[in-house]
Amino acid sequence: MTFIPNIIFAILLFLGIFFFRKNILFVKRNILLGKAIDRYDQPSKRWANMFKIALGQSKMVNRPIAGILHIMVYIGFIIINIELIEIVLDGLLGTHRVFAPYMGKAYNWLIASFEILAALVLVSVVLFWLRRNAYKIKRFWKPEMEGWPKKDADYILYFEIVLMTLFLSMNATDSLLQELGNPQYFQAGFFPVSQSMTPLFSSFSAPTLVVLERSFWWLHISGILIFLNYLYYSKHLHILLAFPNTYFQNLAPKGAFKNNETVTKEVKLMLDPNATPYATRVEETAVDKFGACDVTDLNWIQLMNAYTCTECGRCTDECPANQTGKLLSPRKIMMDTRDRLEEVGNNINKYGNHQHDNKQLLGDYITKEELWACTSCNACVETCPIGIDPLSIIMDMRQFLVMEQSAAPSDLNNMMSNIENNGAPWPFSNQDRMLWASEN
Amino acid sequence: MYVPTLAELTAKGEKPEVLFWVGCAGSFDERAKKITKSFVKILNKANVSFAVLGTEESCTGDPAKRAGNEFLYQMQAMANIEVLNNYEVTRIVTTCPHCFNTLKNEYPSLGGKFEVMHHTTFINALLQEERFSISGSSFKGRRITYHDPCYLGRANQVYEAPRNLIRKLDAELVEMKKCKSKGLCCGAGGAQMFKEPEKGNKDINIERTEQALETQPEIIAAACPFCNTMMSDGIKNKEKEGHVQVLDIAEMISNAEDL
Repeated sequence: MTFIPNIIFAILLFLGIFFFRKNILFVKRNILLGKAIDRYDQPSKRWANMFKIALGQSKMVNRPIAGILHIMVYIGFIIINIELIEIVLDGLLGTHRVFAPYMGKAYNWLIASFEILAALVLVSVVLFWLRRNAYKIKRFWKPEMEGWPKKDADYILYFEIVLMTLFLSMNATDSLLQELGNPQYFQAGFFPVSQSMTPLFSSFSAPTLVVLERSFWWLHISGILIFLNYLYYSKHLHILLAFPNTYFQNLAPKGAFKNNETVTKEVKLMLDPNATPYATRVEETAVDKFGACDVTDLNWIQLMNAYTCTECGRCTDECPANQTGKLLSPRKIMMDTRDRLEEVGNNINKYGNHQHDNKQLLGDYITKEELWACTSCNACVETCPIGIDPLSIIMDMRQFLVMEQSAAPSDLNNMMSNIENNGAPWPFSNQDRMLWASEN
Repeated sequence: MYVPTLAELTAKGEKPEVLFWVGCAGSFDERAKKITKSFVKILNKANVSFAVLGTEESCTGDPAKRAGNEFLYQMQAMANIEVLNNYEVTRIVTTCPHCFNTLKNEYPSLGGKFEVMHHTTFINALLQEERFSISGSSFKGRRITYHDPCYLGRANQVYEAPRNLIRKLDAELVEMKKCKSKGLCCGAGGAQMFKEPEKGNKDINIERTEQALETQPEIIAAACPFCNTMMSDGIKNKEKEGHVQVLDIAEMISNAEDL
């Protein structure tokens, strides 16, 4: 009989981790639907980026208020997870505060620091909620945030509030039971924050307090396991994917757009007087599609970017097109890419492989109007705190529009035929290129 | 003004120390031609042996690539690379950040490997090597704000060279709220220069001009012919032509020295 809680806990833990693993493998499978891209060079620089940008949160503080609040939640999250080790061990072994006897006074300091961090997390999260819902910061109320994205952001904040409150309530009831000299609750820990909560519980009898303490304990760990499994359905995956995402981010200058190698082959062939077009046709049978009209035309890093995006909207806030009322929002480009990728993924889950569903990223999610509004200024890429590159997706989709569909705006077609005919985007004769030197 | 072409110099058996890539705007646009001429004056003042490609120059392909026409871009690139490699060009300077970015970053993997500099970096080097100097600037104490071109700043991390030149002019450099890595685009990049903007509530160049005017400048310094056009249009729109000038940094230096 006495092992029943241990068994229930073990099952709960197993289920939590089992489903989490399943979801993560699903994410990985979806990401790898993207095309190969070689980003394995300069590992030391990549590690450095990951440490500085993801672990060190260096770009978060470019916006100091959000940055500092985020760092508090982040440190709280990491440190409080140490406490999670103890909670899991207690659950499996049926012990209570299993680390306490081994750590002596250090344990008191450990618990005290967890409490202070929990309080800081609570304060930060409440301020985050106020920024979103009371102060109504503009970027959180853009059209792409309507519906689920808005709710998702709030749910995450509520989750954190509930988890921190449960953690502190658990400590408050525990400390009361310690004072009462309940044999199971030996003196352990130092509770600078939850101390202030004890008056809420001090009127209860010892047995009631035990029930409360156990309930808080179980709700807290269950909440964590639920939150772990909520990640997959939410924008909150960034807490994991920010690390690989910053590792694999582009290291070349931001202005260097990649050259399409398939095009290079064709152009070389055209310019090579010795080439025999008929002989080379054979190997060209499997010519790639130029550019991207759906998620599977993008590379896996672009797809990982989509799963990594936590919809903070800094990109959209910095985007010159968005600032001047155009339809383009770099954040929406990432959200659309993820939504479409999930749709394709679900399709594969259902039928075993991707069945044509008469839908694609271009048109059904991202419109031409959005794509043509981009100035390629790199403000979105520069500002993203975790190295997401919406611009590369926009450029790949423009390439599809122009090279596969000849669907450029007519002004751009004029510009391009000028380049083709006279080597300049305007209709001037190339013979006049030096006129400036003889003019006054 | 006498401007040697690479063909002429090669025929004479001479090799210039640098090729000046003029760019389409610098060659054809009325406003940008003035920048081109100012830069040539500086090159002459500093006794730089240079040449241009003249009629052998052709669009780098930047607007075609950014508009999505990779094929046209690579055709342009390959043709240009062939010309440059035939002349064994090793160093290029250009007054256009778009040409600069494409030549520097996108040509190497297609076989065109050159040392490419933007003119602001190049002029800085000339000053540092004491090949010419700025004395008694007519810009002394004037209030100047500098607009970062995206393809020079964010795209290639060149933020200080142009600012350093403004300081050399003894001018009062005032920064806009959005500057350097946070600088707002003028609205011309990504082939926008050649098309009408999408529907919105404002044009990007107007927004940027307003940000520049907030600093109460006498001069808006630019370092890109397209930014120059966009900001000049913005100033006209705000009816400030009489009060605020839009000048390229090359023009400012050439004016300061009365070249």
